[in-house]
Amino acid sequence: MSRYSAWSVFREGLRKGKGWGQAWRTPTLKKAYDVVIIGGGGHGLATAYYLTKNHRIKNVAVIEKGWLGGGNTGRNTTAIRSNYFHPESAALYDKSVQLYEGLSRDLNYNVMFSQRGMIVCAHSVPEMEMAARQCNAMQINGVDAELLDAKQIQHLEPALNFGASMRYPIHGGVLQKRAGTGRHDAVAWGFARAADAAGVDIIQNCEVTDVIIQNGRCTGVNTSLGEISAGVVGAAVAGHSSVLADMAGYELPITSYVLQAFVSEPIKPVLNAVTLCPPFGTYVSQSDKGGLVIGGGLDRVPSYGQRGNMPMQQTVLSAFCEMYPSLAKVKLLRHWGGIVDVTPDSSPIIGPSGVEGLYLNCGWGTGGFKAIPVGGYLLAHLLATGNHHDLSRPFGLNRFVSGRLIDEAASSGIAH
Amino acid sequence: MQIFPCPFCGERNETEFHFAGELGKIRPDTTADVEADAWARYLYTQRNEKGHVREVWMHIPCAELFVLERDSVTMDVLGSHPLRKPPK
Repeated sequence: MSRYSAWSVFREGLRKGKGWGQAWRTPTLKKAYDVVIIGGGGHGLATAYYLTKNHRIKNVAVIEKGWLGGGNTGRNTTAIRSNYFHPESAALYDKSVQLYEGLSRDLNYNVMFSQRGMIVCAHSVPEMEMAARQCNAMQINGVDAELLDAKQIQHLEPALNFGASMRYPIHGGVLQKRAGTGRHDAVAWGFARAADAAGVDIIQNCEVTDVIIQNGRCTGVNTSLGEISAGVVGAAVAGHSSVLADMAGYELPITSYVLQAFVSEPIKPVLNAVTLCPPFGTYVSQSDKGGLVIGGGLDRVPSYGQRGNMPMQQTVLSAFCEMYPSLAKVKLLRHWGGIVDVTPDSSPIIGPSGVEGLYLNCGWGTGGFKAIPVGGYLLAHLLATGNHHDLSRPFGLNRFVSGRLIDEAASSGIAH
Repeated sequence: MQIFPCPFCGERNETEFHFAGELGKIRPDTTADVEADAWARYLYTQRNEKGHVREVWMHIPCAELFVLERDSVTMDVLGSHPLRKPPK
């Protein structure tokens, strides 16, 4: 792998880009690996990367049924943040933000993490009280947070609706300055390139058709390209976690829903931060290409179809028009839906699956993109050591039996 | 908008319906001691099938619960019938 640098950009500019080469190999599948990771999205690729980097395990395969980052990694709104309420969640997501902060240098790949800040607005006097509570909780958890009044928000994001007609007038909000957006493809490709360079086999267009269990232990997988035996198996398959669970014979507290998002035609820079208005359930940012990226809540119907339904489109887009009336005439360019794995407490599941030798990284629901580095980091730790990292211990499947849920849906309002 | 059939009111807009849960969950018998595992399974575990699903939905205007059969990939409606009268 050739290293990317300012010098290589200059050199390839002179050579008309003929020397770049492939970013990763297309290897042939081997019969056996120390670790097999199911799912070549951000989480699966990050797991492979951290296995090589933190644990020196290089005989690893990542099995992907489609193409890299073609699932939820390519179907989100690229928001990265750690404005959570509970200490366990704050520690988890802030570790992810910290990893993102050094990721471009770490991977030698520009993931375009832009810490432009995220504002969660408050729209009434009682909501301002709750915003102050959220701000305090974040600061106690060691996460940066600032409580802003309406004037400060208007100064930061002048395009927001501060007119008398606003259905839910903005009273203030919480700002996390370290939050921001990244480049979704670059995150998948950067992890893929770095993992491949370390010796990981990334196998695309290879679907896992069955999980091989011998004497109660997972010893490999059957795929559309043949059987693979594995020392341990990691599953990072997001919305299809229940399908895999059904193959392997364990149970999950997950419901799959569609989460939709939208991007507009590119326009000149008009928005600074990522802004969420909780009463509308809608949040907006502007991509580096100029498109307005608009996200909202889950569809109302459980689904595996990677496309959205009309009622949620109307809810989200009418909210956008209310939040930014001056941008209401901007045309949409694209619209997509991803299948997200929603848990009862809106917190992820990281840990043993119940089948020996098979470990889970799932249940991120609407917030998987921001957690890609930490999800990979923690699943790699589990696969390499067989034990929880301190950060992942509270997020095991056993919390649903013990009753110690980490209910972010209730405490931080909306998750995305 | 998708049209869902209510067994009592006929075909109506999907926004009139509310997903209540998967069909076939039986609440543990609370007159006896219930193991934590059994409670967890009842409260949280989902089959979350890909393909043909049978679910309990409510038609909000008439407030009746009923069984809706759907395909969770194509989103086609495959049938609906009252909870009290299973299909023959």
